[in-house]
Amino acid sequence: MFRNQYDTDVTTWSPAGRLFQVEYAMEAVKQGSAAIGLRSKTHVVLGCVNKANSELSSHQKKIFKVDDHIGVAIAGLTADGRVLSRYMRNECINYSFTYESPLPVGRLVVQLADKAQVCTQRSWKRPYGVGLLVAGLDESGAHLYYNCPSGNYFEYQAFAIGSRSQAAKTYLERRFENFKDSSRDDLVKDALMAIRETLQGETFKSSICTVAVVGVGEPFHILDQNTVQQMIDAFDIVGEQEDPAAEPDAAAGQEAAAEPSAAADQGGSTDEGVAPMDI
Amino acid sequence: MNCMDSKQPETGLLGPESDSQRTLYPYVTGTSVVALKYKDGILMAADMGGSYGSTLRYKSVERMKPIGKHSLLGASGEISDFQEILRYLDELILYDNMWDDGNSLGPKEVHNYLTRVMYNRRNKFNPLWNSLVLGGVKNGQTYLGMVSMIGVNFEDNHVATGFGNHLARPILRQEWHENLSFEEGVKLLEKCMRVLLYRDRSAVNKLQIAKITEEGVTISQPYSLKTHWEFSAFQNPTQGAVGSW
Repeated sequence: MFRNQYDTDVTTWSPAGRLFQVEYAMEAVKQGSAAIGLRSKTHVVLGCVNKANSELSSHQKKIFKVDDHIGVAIAGLTADGRVLSRYMRNECINYSFTYESPLPVGRLVVQLADKAQVCTQRSWKRPYGVGLLVAGLDESGAHLYYNCPSGNYFEYQAFAIGSRSQAAKTYLERRFENFKDSSRDDLVKDALMAIRETLQGETFKSSICTVAVVGVGEPFHILDQNTVQQMIDAFDIVGEQEDPAAEPDAAAGQEAAAEPSAAADQGGSTDEGVAPMDI
Repeated sequence: MNCMDSKQPETGLLGPESDSQRTLYPYVTGTSVVALKYKDGILMAADMGGSYGSTLRYKSVERMKPIGKHSLLGASGEISDFQEILRYLDELILYDNMWDDGNSLGPKEVHNYLTRVMYNRRNKFNPLWNSLVLGGVKNGQTYLGMVSMIGVNFEDNHVATGFGNHLARPILRQEWHENLSFEEGVKLLEKCMRVLLYRDRSAVNKLQIAKITEEGVTISQPYSLKTHWEFSAFQNPTQGAVGSW
């Protein structure tokens, strides 16, 4: 009758040493539409794919400005993402009230991860169903972090989350060694290329993606659609010409690619292929 | 805040806080602090007297302390309130260090924190009775600022609290320049402190000079200034001052 005895609440261990509810939450991140991030020494670029829930609706916002020096891109439950963004905005503004200086990115990320961790250890709570790419600039330079529903966080040179993100990851892995000394515009170009990798069949145009930049002398801001379109045209990366490039992610992207966020409720039906804990 | 053990909490309009005690006037106070920017950082001077009212009650009160790696704090006013502020800052720096992530609070951050603490306490009608001087160097940036007991704050190239504001600032305005060497800076501070010693009755002739640079804080051993009281203007100070005795 019961397929899984050990996934009825977050705090219950499986004999194999897994927390299924936490893994389902991470599955929600995978189902959300893709978000990518990459950084040089001086800049961080975030990008995401905008997918509308239905033919009749608009898409949801996936990139949020937290402060002049920090921004996030999310994949998973947008509602959870907004709650966490508000929390981060609060922390930033309180810090600058007290110290009149920007909150170090690493500290904000730790606080955020601690918040997520608490939800994995309380029976009456549920983990956040959202993964956050946190881009920021502080005294020690440009940073890109990934924050996971499990309460884990990692710092990256470049990373991608969400549906079909494996293709973007492959692209980024091939090229990340050059990112460190990249110019801002090259970084944006690579961001666009990585976003394109996550598309399935659609034509790559500015209306289906959002790009944001933060860097030295450049407060976090979302690039407006015209600028993005111009860059797409300038770089001549309209896409589709090399459609097969989307293949490598066949394993991870799976059926979910079509429906963005709000799909976490299906997490329970995922079979043995549940996410490993190491992310 | 010592709550007097009252019979029945007479919770009037002011709430249960109304019968608590606040600082209505300071008890043991220190007098002026003088500080200036120089070539490599900040120099600060303060004497070591602690006055109980107008009685010079204590003679070796240290009124300048290092705060973290990049800052130096000097205080005039209520000595015990200064000690409480130091406790706050010790905790602040401890928690900052516990992050152990390479970030640290600089003088600007500490100054702003103190501003918030001072203003917050005055809003509770329970001020910390001090004028604070905060100097420091971080990432090649020299910083010097002041906070008063009600939270008024500003930055400047040279600052002085209390009597120093009236007696030392004019000298500093006249003689201070950006490229003061260490020796010139000390000389200038000693000039200020000597004037204060002559004219401020609560100053004592035992002072320290502190220095903060990119390398860190050094606070000198206490020493005294050479004085000369035989100036003719000191002979009969009330002469020509109408109305004095």
